[in-house]
Amino acid sequence: MSFGFVSRKVLGALATLVFVVCFNFFLFRVVESDPVGNLFRGRNLTEGQRLELQREFGLDGSKLEQFARYLEQTVQLNFGRSYTTSEPVMSLVWERAWPTIALVGVSTVLSAVFGVLIGIVAAWRRRSKADYGWTGFTMATYAMPDFWLGMLLLVTFAVTLGWFPVAGITNAGSDATGIAKLLDQAHHMFLPALTLTLAYLGEYALVMRASLIETMREDYLTLARAKGLRDVVVRNRHAVPNALLPVVTLIAINFGFVLSGAIAVETIYSWPGLGLLTYDALRGPDLPLLQGLFLVFSAAVIFFNLVADLLYAYLDPRVRTE
Amino acid sequence: MSSIASSARGIAWQRRRRALARAWSQYRRHLPGMIGLGVLVVIVGMALLAPVISNHDELSPANTVDNPTWATPSEFPPLGTDNLGRSVWAQFVWGARISLLVGLAATIIAIVIGSVVGILAGFYRGIGSALLMRVTEWFLVIPFLPLAIVLAAVLGPSIRNIIIVIGVTSWPSTARIVRAQVQTLKERLYVERSRALGASNRQLMARHIFPNVSPIILANLTLTVPIAILSETTLAFLGLGDPTRASWGKMLEESFKAGALSRDAWWYYLPPGLGIMAVVLAFTLIGTALEEILDPRLREQRR
Repeated sequence: MSFGFVSRKVLGALATLVFVVCFNFFLFRVVESDPVGNLFRGRNLTEGQRLELQREFGLDGSKLEQFARYLEQTVQLNFGRSYTTSEPVMSLVWERAWPTIALVGVSTVLSAVFGVLIGIVAAWRRRSKADYGWTGFTMATYAMPDFWLGMLLLVTFAVTLGWFPVAGITNAGSDATGIAKLLDQAHHMFLPALTLTLAYLGEYALVMRASLIETMREDYLTLARAKGLRDVVVRNRHAVPNALLPVVTLIAINFGFVLSGAIAVETIYSWPGLGLLTYDALRGPDLPLLQGLFLVFSAAVIFFNLVADLLYAYLDPRVRTE
Repeated sequence: MSSIASSARGIAWQRRRRALARAWSQYRRHLPGMIGLGVLVVIVGMALLAPVISNHDELSPANTVDNPTWATPSEFPPLGTDNLGRSVWAQFVWGARISLLVGLAATIIAIVIGSVVGILAGFYRGIGSALLMRVTEWFLVIPFLPLAIVLAAVLGPSIRNIIIVIGVTSWPSTARIVRAQVQTLKERLYVERSRALGASNRQLMARHIFPNVSPIILANLTLTVPIAILSETTLAFLGLGDPTRASWGKMLEESFKAGALSRDAWWYYLPPGLGIMAVVLAFTLIGTALEEILDPRLREQRR
């Protein structure tokens, strides 16, 4: 990969990030006029306390001064303090990031693997019963709100059957350590991970199916068959690796999006990740926290988009010369 | 001079009407598309007949103090009651109205913005066009849900705001598709010929470009509605919907908060989810059918 290509992509991503950072400031400052007044509505504040609070939340001075200070702090990864807990937003986000990364990581891998397998079966035996069955199944899971699917799984496997815990990441009051703790967490993660896996499976299956159908018309597959290769070899050695290209980049792109897409599912299972943090921030509304979360989610999407672009170019030389 | 122009337009319209009739006769033979259309007609009919088939008074807790709470469908037909004694059937039927209204209105906003941006960015060359495309790319990478949440939180919860929020966050993919199509269209000979005859840019866009991208816009519209309805559901579930009116998303939110899951009050949380699924599937089937019929490239693939 040429240096020029990579640096062009990286610069593009940085420009997007700068846009999001500026957008984020105006989104909150221009519309929300008096957060301190809203937050302490009904309480008697002296003018001195008011100014003190405004200074604390970085709301004093002109809009331009605020913007300059906001830029400076953002570059230092300082997103201010939460209105509700007064903790730095960054440390709240950091604390809650790991449960989300674990949950999203596991379900992205699972949904990609099973989605690709379904897509292969559906495409290779096109218009067969298997194709119609699987395509129907993936369309149905796509049509469900992901959190509703989570509610159904929760009722069935946690409430009625009692196989899995209903909420949280560990058993309350549990002081297990090591392997036992890990198993407990895996037990809690099973249902939310299953929900997200089913919810995102359909997209991978449909993309893989379309891509493989496209690939099946290539001349090199006819050649492979003419060489007398068995059907399975033609499929697994020649067709599938080439058809996988769009799926690989989709995985990278989706990982960034799913981080923020799990908000409702995390809420259903009280999974203490960024999604539940967003849900709680909305109740306030805790604007600095929301703002910080919005930046983190956007930065994740931009980063993984960049990864997807570079990955695609690495895997498919045709893109680089464009 | 004007008579020639109007007759030329007349021929063009005739041709378009014929194309439309042809498309419909193809659509009629498309089984999944017809199933989707049938399901949609049933649900829209239900939403329109809401005052006839359900009692609006049963939506407000003030009128339902005498009703049993958490009544099963057999105790309180047809769909039982919720934790406040409100009829679930009434919420379902009236909620269909809000969910469909939000889905359609938000889609129209998204399609109008997306089409205008797409046509302008595809037709013109230069800094303005490049800038438009840059903005589109930016909106494509801003994660939709957090942006919608932030906007809804800042604007405040109401039907109008939810429509605006979903509308202004759902247009970029339409803009990209339309732009790509316009770029190939404007190189066609008849556009060039028309330009040589002195047609202005506005005339070219209105007479030649727009009519030719409208099938794609239509297919895109039917594929955007399900996304908008699912978005409404999620936003309402997160408590950002209109607090005064039932929608399917709000029913799911309230059933979850009221503890319908631990009571296994399936009559409360199943109907709205199934309704959403039915509408989304219906629009997806219709949209896919339209795409296959209107996009010649896909039509060949089907054979």
